[in-house]
Amino acid sequence: MGTKTIGWQKELHLPSERGASRHIMEELLDQLASHGWPQSDVFAIHMAAEEAITNAIVHGNKLDESKTVHVVCRVAAEMVRIEVTDQGPGFDPKAIPDCTLEERLDVPNGRGVMLMRSFMTKLEYNAKGNRVLMEKQRDPAAADAAE
Amino acid sequence: MQLARQTRRLGADRGNWSEAAGNRVGFPAAASRRPLAKPLPNWQSRGMSSHRRIDVSAHGPVTVVQIVDKKILDDSAIQEMGSEILGLIEQDGHRSLALDFSHVEYLSSSALGKLITLDRKMKGHQGRLSLCSIRPEILEVFQITKLNKVFDIRKDVAEAVAALGA
Repeated sequence: MGTKTIGWQKELHLPSERGASRHIMEELLDQLASHGWPQSDVFAIHMAAEEAITNAIVHGNKLDESKTVHVVCRVAAEMVRIEVTDQGPGFDPKAIPDCTLEERLDVPNGRGVMLMRSFMTKLEYNAKGNRVLMEKQRDPAAADAAE
Repeated sequence: MQLARQTRRLGADRGNWSEAAGNRVGFPAAASRRPLAKPLPNWQSRGMSSHRRIDVSAHGPVTVVQIVDKKILDDSAIQEMGSEILGLIEQDGHRSLALDFSHVEYLSSSALGKLITLDRKMKGHQGRLSLCSIRPEILEVFQITKLNKVFDIRKDVAEAVAALGA
């Protein structure tokens, strides 16, 4: 029964331009390292966060300079939670075709959401489809080993 | 002069990536073991111009393309990398390419899309493309998306060169 870490939290609005996630990603990766997350999880969280923010900027806000992307990140030793909200019309994540179907394997796009879902413990969209909430729970054995 | 300028620029880019990514993420340095290779000199590169995102070397009939960036993430960098590799296929006529990922620590789904496009182009020219020296986390991305069925993925450069040269 270890002590729960309060952790780190950051909330900000990003402009709808390519590369806008750079600084928050640097901070997020720093915090993951500080909280002792293993390399494989850091890779997974990095990928999911990057895909979520890029989707919000490019597909949600369509690079519209008048819109922003709201990001909330929380990192603790046992859990990471990332929420990304854009100001676009939203979309239906269930409508994305399965990119692993034989006939779609060589289609160049449409893999971001699938990777986010695979790499995180939990992934949920709101009803409108313009906000995604992702969580990753740390493997308890790995967390104990880091203490 | 052109070569000198190119070398300086590459050095500057790598320095930035190395400092930023290495300290930030704490990844170990990529362990790459490559067989003896000859960088293609200008006269042999059949009109290849400067490359910022890739290093190109000849291994017999096979062209090894080492991706320089640690992170294939930024959209403009992905486009630039794609254009440079496409130039090798379409302008310079290379038909056996081994893409060496030993430096690559992270890639986005957009980068996967670019690789699919390059693979299609290569097949359209009756050429062959292999990917090699992919670290386990990135290999998992190929497995999750089942792109390991689309690409010829090899353990390292030596295995890719042997397969492509056969």
